[in-house]
Amino acid sequence: MREQFEVRVNREAITVDDTTTVAAAILRAGVAGFRQSPDGHWRGPLCGMGICAECRATIDGVPGQYTCQRWCRPGMQIVTGAASDGEAPDELEER
Amino acid sequence: MSLPDAIIIGAGIVGAACAERLSADGLRVLVLEADVAGSGATAAGMGHVVVMDDNEAEFALTRYSSDLWRARSAELPQRAEWEPVGTLWVASDAEEFEGARRKLAFYRERGLQAELLDEQSLHEAEPQLRPGLAGGLLIPEDAVTYPPPVAAWLLRQMQERGGELRQSVRVQAIAGDMVVLANGNQLQAPLIVLAAGAASVGLIPALPLQPRKGHLAITDRVPGFVRHQLVELGYLKSAHGSSLESVAFNVQPRATGQLLIGSSRQYGQTSAEINHGILSRMLQQAIGYLPGLAHLSILRTWTGFRAATPDKLPLIGPAPGHEHLWLATGHEGLGITTSLATGQLLADLVAGRPPAIDAAPYAPSRFADSFREEAARAGTV
Repeated sequence: MREQFEVRVNREAITVDDTTTVAAAILRAGVAGFRQSPDGHWRGPLCGMGICAECRATIDGVPGQYTCQRWCRPGMQIVTGAASDGEAPDELEER
Repeated sequence: MSLPDAIIIGAGIVGAACAERLSADGLRVLVLEADVAGSGATAAGMGHVVVMDDNEAEFALTRYSSDLWRARSAELPQRAEWEPVGTLWVASDAEEFEGARRKLAFYRERGLQAELLDEQSLHEAEPQLRPGLAGGLLIPEDAVTYPPPVAAWLLRQMQERGGELRQSVRVQAIAGDMVVLANGNQLQAPLIVLAAGAASVGLIPALPLQPRKGHLAITDRVPGFVRHQLVELGYLKSAHGSSLESVAFNVQPRATGQLLIGSSRQYGQTSAEINHGILSRMLQQAIGYLPGLAHLSILRTWTGFRAATPDKLPLIGPAPGHEHLWLATGHEGLGITTSLATGQLLADLVAGRPPAIDAAPYAPSRFADSFREEAARAGTV
């Protein structure tokens, strides 16, 4: 069994291993809204292969990262939504 | 619908503008689109509404059309993202700054607002531009827009007047007053307007059109990074030269906070695939002016084909040797700017009204030889 470790998705601790993509960790945290469009609509992963750009979120303070293209690493801080101050967005209406 | 008075082939912004104006004159218009309305060159243009000064005919058409845009800008839907940001022509050295002075004189003589910026004022206007540039020329009345919703808006007006839009309908041939579809159906109208951009040449081989491929890239949102449409004065060498391949610095702030980056020009290309070599040159050129671009993410890149004529002016008017066929194509890189004027000129000429500007420089008859040769070839087959 691979070594398990924690990452934080909007401050919630999620247990993953190094074969988990960041997008998968976010979904495991129950968050479907990864980012917001300019007019405030929620967006989430569509293609899962780095093309659609809908899964972007902030990883370790760097915004706009393609979460489907990144492996989880111990202690990663992942923040979804438009919030740039690290605040977790409200729960989604749609899952 | 009962028999249409006019069939327009192509629902890009030019075909849409023709449809809107002809329907306003009371014609029953049928628009045929091979793909989705506004999905061709209309979606691959920057949406820069710009008055140009390379020659009097180009100035007259872009100025007239820019006036029409501004007159209707309040009616545009929000999705059209109309932003009167102005154009800032950037001079990198003393020679280009002299060019900016000449441009200033040209515009002012013709009553267009223009303002010369020295190095310091340029830096204040656009702090992200690299230091050491010579200056710039600001044209405050120029604007930017997102063209596909504008095409949809024009087509809606045509539909509200009883016109019809058919999409995913491929035209195979034009014969007299008949339009033959790929499925074999035939449609008839006394007036047929060919507005299919670079694809027009597939239907009328005599058209003096060459596809001129362009690349675009768009970044993530960085609101306030730049404030004007920024274009290098060296752009004119790229746009109006005839070299096989060229790039120029051309960056536009979008209403979403994204930056739209152009421009590239390639003759002799038919594949829509991204050419990474020229895309990279285009981005390097942009980074040369805006070093901070290097730290931004590009979200998407795409290409399109301009319809280029040998004299860089569009084809607007009756097609020589074709009784029912009119042309509205060949707008190269200025089709968004000149779309509204094209629709108005075409409608004026069809109705026999004197147009607001002299339409002779855009008359397809200036290439009458090319059409005669085609007729001769057709006669010998």
